[in-house]
Amino acid sequence: MTTTPTAGRTTAVAARATELSKIYGQGETRVVALDRVSVDFRQAEFTAIMGPSGSGKSTLMHCVAGLDTFSSGSVRIGDTELGSLKDKQLTKLRRDKIGFIFQAFNLLPTLTALENITLPMDIAGRKADKAWLDQVIQMVGLSGRLSHRPSQLSGGQQQRVAVARALASKPEIIFGDEPTGNLDSRSGAEVLGFLRNSVRELGQTVVMVTHDPVAAAYADRVVFLADGRVVDEMYAPTADSVLDLMKQFDAKGRTS
Amino acid sequence: MFRTALRNVLAHKARLLMTVLAVMLGVAFVSGTLVFTNTISDAYQKSSAKGFDQVDVAVRPTYQDSKGDTVGRTAELTRAMLDKAGKVPGAASATGVVGGFTAVADQDGKLVGGDWQSTGGNYWGTKDARYPLVSGHAPHGRGEVLLDSRTAERAGYKVGDTVRLSVDGPVLTPTVSGIFTTDDGNVAAGGSLALFDTPTAQALFGKKGAYDEIDVKAAPGTSQSALKAALDKALPSHLVETTTGKQLADDQAKQIADSMSGLKQALLVFAGIALFVGTFIIANTFTMLVAQRTRELALLRAVGASRRQVTRSVLAEAFAVGAVAGVTGLAAGIGIGAGLRTLLGSFGASVPDGPLVISPGTVVAALAVGILITMLAAWLPGRRAAKIPPVAAMSSVHAKATAKSLVLRNTLGALCAAAGVAVVLVATSMDATAAQGPMGIGAVLLITGVFILTPLLSRPLIAAAAPVMRAFGVSGKLARQNSVRNPRRTAATASALMIGLTLITGMTVMAGSLQTAIDKMASSAIRADYVVSMADHGPLSPEVAKKAAAADGVTASSPLRNGESRIDGETEFLTGVDGASIGKLTDLKVDEGSFTVGGSQVVVDKDRAKEYGWTSGSHFTAHFEDGKARRLTVAGIYEGNDMINGIMIDNKVLTPHLKAPADMQVMVKTADGASDAAKDKLTKALGLNPAIKIQDKQDISDGIAKMFTTMLNMLYGLLGMAVIVAVLGVINTLAMSVFERSQEIGMLRAIGLDRKAVKRMVRLESLVISLFGGVLGIGLGVFFGWAAGQLLGTKMPTYELVLPWGRMAVFLLLAGLVGVLAALWPARRAARLNMLAAIKSE
Repeated sequence: MTTTPTAGRTTAVAARATELSKIYGQGETRVVALDRVSVDFRQAEFTAIMGPSGSGKSTLMHCVAGLDTFSSGSVRIGDTELGSLKDKQLTKLRRDKIGFIFQAFNLLPTLTALENITLPMDIAGRKADKAWLDQVIQMVGLSGRLSHRPSQLSGGQQQRVAVARALASKPEIIFGDEPTGNLDSRSGAEVLGFLRNSVRELGQTVVMVTHDPVAAAYADRVVFLADGRVVDEMYAPTADSVLDLMKQFDAKGRTS
Repeated sequence: MFRTALRNVLAHKARLLMTVLAVMLGVAFVSGTLVFTNTISDAYQKSSAKGFDQVDVAVRPTYQDSKGDTVGRTAELTRAMLDKAGKVPGAASATGVVGGFTAVADQDGKLVGGDWQSTGGNYWGTKDARYPLVSGHAPHGRGEVLLDSRTAERAGYKVGDTVRLSVDGPVLTPTVSGIFTTDDGNVAAGGSLALFDTPTAQALFGKKGAYDEIDVKAAPGTSQSALKAALDKALPSHLVETTTGKQLADDQAKQIADSMSGLKQALLVFAGIALFVGTFIIANTFTMLVAQRTRELALLRAVGASRRQVTRSVLAEAFAVGAVAGVTGLAAGIGIGAGLRTLLGSFGASVPDGPLVISPGTVVAALAVGILITMLAAWLPGRRAAKIPPVAAMSSVHAKATAKSLVLRNTLGALCAAAGVAVVLVATSMDATAAQGPMGIGAVLLITGVFILTPLLSRPLIAAAAPVMRAFGVSGKLARQNSVRNPRRTAATASALMIGLTLITGMTVMAGSLQTAIDKMASSAIRADYVVSMADHGPLSPEVAKKAAAADGVTASSPLRNGESRIDGETEFLTGVDGASIGKLTDLKVDEGSFTVGGSQVVVDKDRAKEYGWTSGSHFTAHFEDGKARRLTVAGIYEGNDMINGIMIDNKVLTPHLKAPADMQVMVKTADGASDAAKDKLTKALGLNPAIKIQDKQDISDGIAKMFTTMLNMLYGLLGMAVIVAVLGVINTLAMSVFERSQEIGMLRAIGLDRKAVKRMVRLESLVISLFGGVLGIGLGVFFGWAAGQLLGTKMPTYELVLPWGRMAVFLLLAGLVGVLAALWPARRAARLNMLAAIKSE
């Protein structure tokens, strides 16, 4: 079922996990969340990570994004090995090289939309690239609402602010944790469209955790996880092909 | 339900610990005050009851004639009366008592007892039952004296030593013939008591052949009241009054209770302030606990608990917290009560020993205050808990604080504050005594108003800090915005700090201004280098003035002599001065006429001139003590002050009319001005007398300053309590904020805010809230200080508002420090927050 990468795609790797393991607890309560996972996320590629609950998909993302520590193996963002970094360096790495989009609780209610978008740069004490910022804002269609506070925006608009925030600082890679989980299907489609456009048109790298085959269909590639292991991957997915594959896993899971 | 509540208490130990601490401090203060005052009253009462053991009936002279007139009357208890009293039926014996101020010097020449606590008296016969001798024998003549054992021990005197002492001026150097013990309350309180034989005491205390009091002991089988009746019959009732020993003891006990009740009230006011501040913290904590448990409470509602049961469970929790706080507070209060006694001792006021008194009232009060205050403060959060809909159990989001409109609150606060300001302003233009009531009401109104308005005030005031906050980058910006996010909570937290600082600042401003005014009065109106007075500020023998005038290097001196007289039917005290010198010793502003004192020419202060309707050149007639009259002329009208005022008349005119001339003080000017050498010379010229105080202007200022400093320090200590409680409040609020914003903080950490910056954000929020409270408090304090000063100013021409900028800066710094300290723990918590747990959206 595996397809080969399409020709002409760059092979430079934005993030790479090698033999990555994450183990909680000891003895009887020992749980293996990630079991020697090796996976690459190539530049300018939109990757979706899928898998049933407890498959380790969120843990994988957290470890690769420098939000969580891992037990063994290695994670690289660009040229940086994460395993050896202290909290302070990790924080700096997240600030400068990674963008985040969460399911909810994404924005600071005290800041305006624009202030939320530029927050990572403000934290870094950097000036935003004005032209780039305008382009991003244009793209997500927030020009008229920059001075609004999150409470004055709809859920979809809030998530668009979050997308703009992730893009604004030109990170090497953007991680999304169920970015459409709290949105209705129309708003979700919009947000996914922006993410895909950012990859296609701006050359951004995006990794997204989701359990929704429709959302996964926006990606260039889908990585399937089960029981802490990568069990399959798929290029140029469609909602139907993803759903089919997942049904197979389900069936396997029941028969085995 | 109660078991659920109890489990909750145990589940939130850390959070509730702060609440317990806040309530406990207040309760400790209340019970400490009660224990302390009860203990002291009890000790004093026991000691005074013992002091009247030897007295069944006391006979005292009445100083008023039947018309209530006192001028020229010196009713005396004579030997004849004493003999008569001793022989009435039922009398076992009669003892004559005479006494007064007696300064005893230690071996370095310093006064042993305090200025007002150095007393002397007579030892009756060869064996006086009042004063059991420990060693030595009864005194005889001017050459012998008895000392109480405490004084002897403190000053290191033994039987046979020579001691320097003074009663009214001249120095005596008798030998210590014996040492006695006494239950005298004055001695118990740290004073000294020296006893002479009766004729010597009578001569020294100016009562030749007479007594201050005759104490009659009843024969066995005779009651005090029967003896009193017999004495009333035997003695001339218009000259003497009789009182039973029991009555005397009761009177004194009541007097002690009265004087203690003032102290007790003052301390309880401070306890009240601490408790008041504490209620904010309790309310905040319970609000937080309820918010934290929204789902849990909703679940209870969903499975069938009624609203009332939910409210009750919160109140039960409050009850448990209050009870723990009450019990621990009581224990701490007992410790404070015991400690206070020691502390008071270290201030120089020793108090009689006695057991620690913990009355049932104290226990009940402590528990009641602890439990009631906590439950009262938890009532609103409890009601809010009941309003949580059962469906909240299903939703994942925490119940958001409903942003109720502040319009009603602001209107109410503005009205209240405006009324307060208006009343205070009106009060400042009123007469000082009449203004006290309105001033108090205005102050309470204004504080309440500002209190209600704090949420509104928080926005502009904290916005004003924006430029400073910008320097701290994103942390500063977020901190500033966070601090105004929940204006009510910010306000409650800042108010707690505000109250303490308002009082501290107000007191400091007032004390500072007063001190400056008195200083100025002392230095501007007096040209004399030294002011000589008795240590107890009692009358000074005219000998002293004579000696001072004759002393080496003295260029001018004048006593201020007291002369009672009647003018226009009113009793008026004339001030006898040396007419030739007084102009050189004072520097008083003359409004009318000239400052001439001599012959029938007198000068009068402005207030009195106004009272009598005199102008320069007016004539009036003064009737002196000896019944003679003289027509006097007002030569000039001067501006008096608290130290120098009244009608000044030449001593050459006044003294011949006085029975026993006595001076309040003697002003002295030396050739070379005030110096250690000049003071030394003067001290020697006056006979190295322990009873006499020689003060230059600096000493007077220092004395005043010391008084104010001691008072202020005690107030600072008491109000420090309110500040400590306020710190707990800030900690609580921050902990609550960190808890509520954990998702935000998690997100901020994820997108790159490091731990240090998170910590800084929380710390800055704390700082902003604390400084907000500080600025409000200091502002209000200055206003009250100014307003109170306006009242004092009418009585004191030299009064002007002195703003203690240095102190105020310290207070603001203190407020900042409170903020930084309070943020330590919450900031750490925020920085350590588990990022993943925080951003995971269930």
